[in-house]
Amino acid sequence: MAEATTELLTTADGRPLKAALQAAQARAKRRAFFLVLPLLLFVVLTFLIPIGYMLKRSFEHDGFVSSAPALVAWFQANPDFDPANPPEEAYAALVQDLALMQVDKTTGIAGTRINYSVPGTISLFKKGAREAKDLTPPFKESLVAVDPDWGKPALWRGMASASHIYTAEFYKVASDFKLNDGGWERGEDNERIYLYLFAKTFLISGIITVLCLLLAFPVSHLLATLPMAKSSLLMILVLLPFWTSLLVRTTSWIALLQEQGIVNDLLVAIGLIDNEGRLTMMYNMTGTIVAMTHVLLPFMILPLYSVMRVIPPSYARAARSLGATSWTTFRRVYLPQTLPGIAAGSLLVFILAVGYYITPALVGGADGQLISNLIAFHMSKSNWSLAAAIAGMLLVSILVLYWLYDRLVGIDRLKLG
Amino acid sequence: MKKTLILTTALVSFGFAANADVTVMSWGGAYGAAQTEGHVKPWSAATGNAAIMVDSDNPAPAIKAMVEAGNVTVDVASVEYADAIRLCDEGMLEPIDAASLPAGADGTPAAEDFFPGAVTECAVSTDIWSNVFAYDTTKFPEGPTTAADFFDLEKFPGKRGLKKGAKAVLEFALMADGVPAAEVYNVMNTPEGIDRAFAKLDTIKSEVVWWEAGAQAPQLLADGEVAMTTAYNGRIFAAAVGEGKPFQIVWDGQVYENESYVIPKGAPNKDLALDFIKYATSTEGLRAQAAHISYGPPRKSANLEPIVYAGDGKTEMGPHLPTNPANLGNALLTSSDFWVDHDAELNERFQAWLAQ
Amino acid sequence: MALPTYASPLERIWYYTYLVICCLVFLFLIAPILIVIPLSFNAEPYFTFTPQMLAFDPAGYSLRWYDTLLTLGHPAPETVRDGTWWSAVWERATWVQAAKNSFWVGLWATILATVLGTIAALGLSRPEMPYRRLIMALLISPMIVPIIIIAVGMSFFFAKACVAPDSAMALLFGWALSEKGCLANSHLGVIVAHATLGIPFVIITVTATLSGFDQSLIRASQSLGANPRTTFFKVIMPLILPGVISGALFAFVTSFDEVVAVLFIAGPDQQTIPRQMFNGIREAISPAILAVATILVVISVLLLTTVELLRRRSDRLRGVTGR
Repeated sequence: MAEATTELLTTADGRPLKAALQAAQARAKRRAFFLVLPLLLFVVLTFLIPIGYMLKRSFEHDGFVSSAPALVAWFQANPDFDPANPPEEAYAALVQDLALMQVDKTTGIAGTRINYSVPGTISLFKKGAREAKDLTPPFKESLVAVDPDWGKPALWRGMASASHIYTAEFYKVASDFKLNDGGWERGEDNERIYLYLFAKTFLISGIITVLCLLLAFPVSHLLATLPMAKSSLLMILVLLPFWTSLLVRTTSWIALLQEQGIVNDLLVAIGLIDNEGRLTMMYNMTGTIVAMTHVLLPFMILPLYSVMRVIPPSYARAARSLGATSWTTFRRVYLPQTLPGIAAGSLLVFILAVGYYITPALVGGADGQLISNLIAFHMSKSNWSLAAAIAGMLLVSILVLYWLYDRLVGIDRLKLG
Repeated sequence: MKKTLILTTALVSFGFAANADVTVMSWGGAYGAAQTEGHVKPWSAATGNAAIMVDSDNPAPAIKAMVEAGNVTVDVASVEYADAIRLCDEGMLEPIDAASLPAGADGTPAAEDFFPGAVTECAVSTDIWSNVFAYDTTKFPEGPTTAADFFDLEKFPGKRGLKKGAKAVLEFALMADGVPAAEVYNVMNTPEGIDRAFAKLDTIKSEVVWWEAGAQAPQLLADGEVAMTTAYNGRIFAAAVGEGKPFQIVWDGQVYENESYVIPKGAPNKDLALDFIKYATSTEGLRAQAAHISYGPPRKSANLEPIVYAGDGKTEMGPHLPTNPANLGNALLTSSDFWVDHDAELNERFQAWLAQ
Repeated sequence: MALPTYASPLERIWYYTYLVICCLVFLFLIAPILIVIPLSFNAEPYFTFTPQMLAFDPAGYSLRWYDTLLTLGHPAPETVRDGTWWSAVWERATWVQAAKNSFWVGLWATILATVLGTIAALGLSRPEMPYRRLIMALLISPMIVPIIIIAVGMSFFFAKACVAPDSAMALLFGWALSEKGCLANSHLGVIVAHATLGIPFVIITVTATLSGFDQSLIRASQSLGANPRTTFFKVIMPLILPGVISGALFAFVTSFDEVVAVLFIAGPDQQTIPRQMFNGIREAISPAILAVATILVVISVLLLTTVELLRRRSDRLRGVTGR
């Protein structure tokens, strides 16, 4: 072979063919890329940058740095100070800053920043700032005289931590850690919420995925095995919910499931329950699970259906003719062939469920709230960095699942109806 | 190209709604309606400036977000007392010169006319409202009468509606547990006190339906979803007197506070906003709002003459106001100091408790 | 799946059970959507069927909740319904304003997403496309990343995304930006956000159509002397049009149904139907919400029919039989 190609192949105008092909290839690549470029720029601007901005926010808070310059400078010069017993010069810097805050009206900003890790700080700063200009050395004694909390090691740890613009503090708070006099420690049981809610979100999403799979499997099978004309008609029943507003579907479930709702009325009317014993199916976890299963069911049916459609019925017939029972045929022959569909549907439903916000917010009541609702809650309380940190943690888990989806299923296999 | 641009611009500006001179952000529902009728419309009519009312679940975080971003589209916002103080401390609000506020209708200078604490550095109170609880009289003809009855599932069976948030709920629980009003915040300043409040709430947790927006509470009561619910007293008044619903307020254990108008820093029409606030918090402005919703006017001069409910033209508002002496028997004024410090911490704990 | 003739009695029982299960699942899917339609004609302010309704007594039904859609926010709802009354409905009624906002936002978001998405899909389906998998993953991700995360990110970023007054950008886009020239609290902000959320749908549907696209048609067209422009409009476009239209419809529905981004980035001027519904459901559930819901169901039925017809046409054109 080697001696046959010693003479280079050339194009008509004498250029080496290989180079000409490569150039053509590169040109085609560029052309394809330029078609995608406008959208890519758009998505970077409206999607990637906002999310990057949010992640930056989860590590960043300049509330204390901007309002307490002297103390921040002191912390930077003395990173290894003893929080249990800060020296007089630290107190002097603090008093100087407090006086400045009073003038600049920034006590609230500084206090709020420290308040994230040390509750009770806002009014402490306010009181301190009000008195600051009348305080005399030694500042340590005079400030502690205003409020003994000024000597608390936790407060000094909190201020030292807040003296950096960039901090992992919000991730610590979002992992249920609390700042005590001895440093960051796991919070007490009755104060832990974030990791618990993460676990609960994954659990509820898992339950919803399993429910969707159980409901979707027979229906997809029916749709896949019916003649085209009939299955197209039935397919409408699957696609209509898909096209109907999420808010409409959530409203319907409220009408159906609330205590004075249709299902309860029906159960009372046929005597299954009495009027006093109406079931509570709405504004709790049951409501969230039922409504979300309904909302996400089409996302399970569609991928399952498209896999089942192409499974040749001859395999099952062959298995039966070889003596397998119908159960064995299903378990050993049919089910394994549907696995790609099961994987695609389950992952998609799970991913979508983990990030759900609207439905739990409207029908979840107290115990049916998911992690997204906590993000919204902190946004509504103006705890933006904390909201961003929880969102960052959620984002990482979603990206892992998304990567898994791409590896197992492939993104180009996503289909809509 | 340019032609298309102008055309599309015209098309879209035709499609979208226009801007107003002064945008007031408030809580919507019966409360927003009272401020629209009592302040926005009359001020517009009197000065010829356009003003619109926009609704929010809670205006405080909304304006904080706007100010922090430098993208303020609201001129006046109605916020809770503790929020007004916190936002002011954070430099998010325009200071309001107390001396510029108009004197009372009887000539009393504003400084003496307003109730103590009603005017702060950046905020002027518009009303005093209250967290009370109410029940359906057709369900309980004898009725619960004390805060403790709210937690008595044996004597008064049925679901309870409660606000989904720590503020006022913890105070109410402690008062129901027998803590005298004057002692509530001392108790709440200790970890044991907080545990005690949650322990009291635990006794009814399984029966609670939680509400978030103010309008939900009377709705839950009307739909029969709950037997009794805590609520903002004005919402219950609107349902009971305004719509003739059989609701009765229990004033025992009420937790009341000032609601204030503030101007976010960088408001587009600051001067007009100030003019609006002066008008709204004058004796007439306060009375006009109180004629639409049963929240007490925070000026002495506004309380001299009886106020008549605008909804029916005959009901006297006096007995329905949180500030009526008859309703203040066992009542608590919200401590802004306490909530400024502990709002974040206790709401976190509250969320944790809810999710368990 | 018909029952084979050799089925045992047990298999027969199982087969019929299976059919019943399927029927129940279909009921579960469709009943909650259909139930709102009769409920929206309730004469009483209840969320359930009244005894009169069950007895088909005409007195139990009324159009009052549809009427409130016109009168809510109307300055003088009780006056005679003449031209002025109707123009006040058009200019002032809360739900009508929300519908107008939803429509315009949806329209512009759809145009943006469809144009950008279709061009990109053409590039993505070329075999030479570099980093195809990675870029595809990025472009689909607005559908995968929880909307609350996108909304939080946008609410931070859009507040800072402002144009200088009197700049060229301000002249071009000022009409759709907030008073301070920012994306937050502006129509443009909502449009851009919704376009971003609609893009994955356009990409998915158009690339799916292109996957069955016979590339030799392009070469045939070129060899017959057509320039790229003619090739695009006369050959490619007619074939991928059904995919483009269903992608556009998906994008429109996404925008028309979107509430989380609106809650986080929109101001009071950008009241949309879903936002109005969200507030309505949270505060006071009146059957007026059901009336809106019914209208939306009718719209989705129309859209679904359009998409189905398009898909069949597309399959026929591409010579694909079956789904």
